[in-house]
Amino acid sequence: MDIAWQPILFWILSIGTIGCGVLVIASRNPVASALFLVLSFGFMAGLFVLLNAFFLAAIQILVYAGAVMVLFLFIIMLLDLKASTARRRSIFSYLFGLAIAGGLIALFAQVVDLLPAGKATMDSLPDKPGAYDASALGTLLFTEYQLPFLATGVLLLAATVGVVILSRRGIGGESSHQ
Amino acid sequence: MSEITLEHYLIVSAILFSLGLAGIIFRRSLIVIYMSMEMMLNAANLSLIAFSRFASTEGAASANHLDGQIMVFFVITVAAAEVAVGLALIVALYRVRKTTLVEDLTLLKF
Repeated sequence: MDIAWQPILFWILSIGTIGCGVLVIASRNPVASALFLVLSFGFMAGLFVLLNAFFLAAIQILVYAGAVMVLFLFIIMLLDLKASTARRRSIFSYLFGLAIAGGLIALFAQVVDLLPAGKATMDSLPDKPGAYDASALGTLLFTEYQLPFLATGVLLLAATVGVVILSRRGIGGESSHQ
Repeated sequence: MSEITLEHYLIVSAILFSLGLAGIIFRRSLIVIYMSMEMMLNAANLSLIAFSRFASTEGAASANHLDGQIMVFFVITVAAAEVAVGLALIVALYRVRKTTLVEDLTLLKF
């Protein structure tokens, strides 16, 4: 196999990620936005695989493209949000957004260009077998990062309790009983 | 076009982050603004993983430089919790105000 697959895959996946990202913020229908976001996360999971982050690629698909986006779609359909066509924003708003985004990209490009390690190629990296699999990550997680890991459990509990309290009836005063 | 360097990944991450910021600025629906925020978090995740991969270049024989991946793990956890709480807030808001457009939610505007 004399074709270098890595650059080809990188270009396909990154163009897919960015293209779907553009469609997320450009499409008027929120359901279409959510589905393009799922696609964008899928392409990004491919980029994670290219970077040897196999476990995180699986987590990305399971948690983001699975759980989080199902939650988004559920809320969109629960609230019955329509495509926004009624009022348009002023052209100033679009120009302002694009100017901020373009300036931020230029700024990031300057910083990245200053980075001394930025020119390292993928081929120059040592390929240690087994150094990037889930067991190495899990070992690190349960030894060195055990305290943050436990704090994450507390965070999830707090989030669960918060969601239950927020979605209780009567939080909005009189308007809750129809 | 030939060789993929760390800069390529960082530029992709920067473009994605800026797209998310642009979405937050000019979209009006709270849900889409929330999706743009998820996109920005993911852009940060991509650069963290790229740094963690490219940190194993020089010398460092023993350390695997998985710290970046651990960070991404925590970011994903926090993002999931944040989405749950945020969407519950949006639903609670919708119950009271019957809208999710940011222009109609100016109760806190001075």
